[in-house]
Amino acid sequence: MLESVIYILTNIPLLMKGVWMAVQITVLSVLLGMVIGIAVAFLRIYGSKNMRRLVSFYEWVFRGIPQLVLLFIVYFGLPGIGINLSPFLCVVIGLGLCSSAYQAQIYRGAILSIGSEQMEAGLSLGLSKTRTLFYVILPQAVRLSLPGFTNEFTIVLKDSPLAYAVGIAEILKYGRDLIVSSFRPFEIYLAAALIYFVLFQLFYYLFKAIASRYQVPGYIISGE
Amino acid sequence: MSFFAVLPKYLPDLAHGLWLTIALTLIAAALGFLLSVPLVLALLYTKGIPRMLARLFITLVRGTPLLVQLFFIYYGIPALGIRIQPFNAALIGFILNSAAYQAEYLKGGFMAISSEQMEAAYSIGLSKWQAVRVVIFPQAFRFAIPALSNEIIYLVKYTSVAYVIQVPELLSQAKFFASDTFFHLQIYFLIGVVYLLLIWVVSKLSDMLEHKLHIPGFDIAHLR
Repeated sequence: MLESVIYILTNIPLLMKGVWMAVQITVLSVLLGMVIGIAVAFLRIYGSKNMRRLVSFYEWVFRGIPQLVLLFIVYFGLPGIGINLSPFLCVVIGLGLCSSAYQAQIYRGAILSIGSEQMEAGLSLGLSKTRTLFYVILPQAVRLSLPGFTNEFTIVLKDSPLAYAVGIAEILKYGRDLIVSSFRPFEIYLAAALIYFVLFQLFYYLFKAIASRYQVPGYIISGE
Repeated sequence: MSFFAVLPKYLPDLAHGLWLTIALTLIAAALGFLLSVPLVLALLYTKGIPRMLARLFITLVRGTPLLVQLFFIYYGIPALGIRIQPFNAALIGFILNSAAYQAEYLKGGFMAISSEQMEAAYSIGLSKWQAVRVVIFPQAFRFAIPALSNEIIYLVKYTSVAYVIQVPELLSQAKFFASDTFFHLQIYFLIGVVYLLLIWVVSKLSDMLEHKLHIPGFDIAHLR
């Protein structure tokens, strides 16, 4: 027992090599998802009728297809039509597209929960529509979407080990290499789980701190 | 040979994969629900150790990636001398995950029931557990149906992760097919559509259940 604990502790630094990769995949996928997600959210609210239909179909598709299937379409499927991407890029695109559909819902909910009177109030003060959007709606919408965003970020973090399936050297891959030489899968995978758990908690509390840092006194964020 | 010319030969395998995907989802959802009920009761209506254990279980399961958990169960636990088949390993992982997430959603349902109802139940002579069973739970469950159906949709998607521990489910069969015939894009696209159909069925069934359990006057949609 004690020996296992020591073994886990001495091997955690070796697995840590994969942490940077996991963080890179997570952050880039979430960013890609954010860019597309914001665009989709705005199109879904302010777009024409056909555009709204199109983007809600987009949301439905990318919320419904399993991440791993999407990853395989990008990684194994696209080379068939002449598009060759690096495994890393494939993972970011796969996870990012999936996340974009979820993030779109988060942002749409946040924008919609700000009453339309605020837009009218902004216009009546002589602000243009875009200015009202930027200075009145957006600062509130960003705060409102933070809890949902935090949740989505941790989900992507937990999906990032799927990169293992296309051979990317992240935590699980380093674990696998260690097991080949030591044959101690129990301890290694426990250590890997521990690392992810710590990462998860770290990001969770980081975003929580950001949320409370930017909280406006008296302006209560619902859902907190 | 075209894609549709070779597909029929592989249809039985793909159908078997689809069957395993459905079986994994249904069993994990059902057993996960059975486990989630004691979890949520321990979380809300007990003090001390049972509550702490439930909290710990949910935090650990939700804080680590599913893929790492599956690796731990499939590769890690056999190192202790217990052999586990891929399907069973995946099933254990999905049941534990599903239980943790369903408990969290059920908790949301329980919290939506005002505390006066508990007091009202005490005042007509019900014990604590009687009150929970006949007064609180039937309402909490109705509240939680939409969230629980979301969890089953997640489950359908995440069964594809079982591919990584060699469960011959739908994605694995697609991978076999693609390795044999090189129709990567086509087959992953096709099973993507199959997953979307599965999810559509789940959401329709959930609407039906919600409708069937609807009590006139107890308007869930209004309260939510």
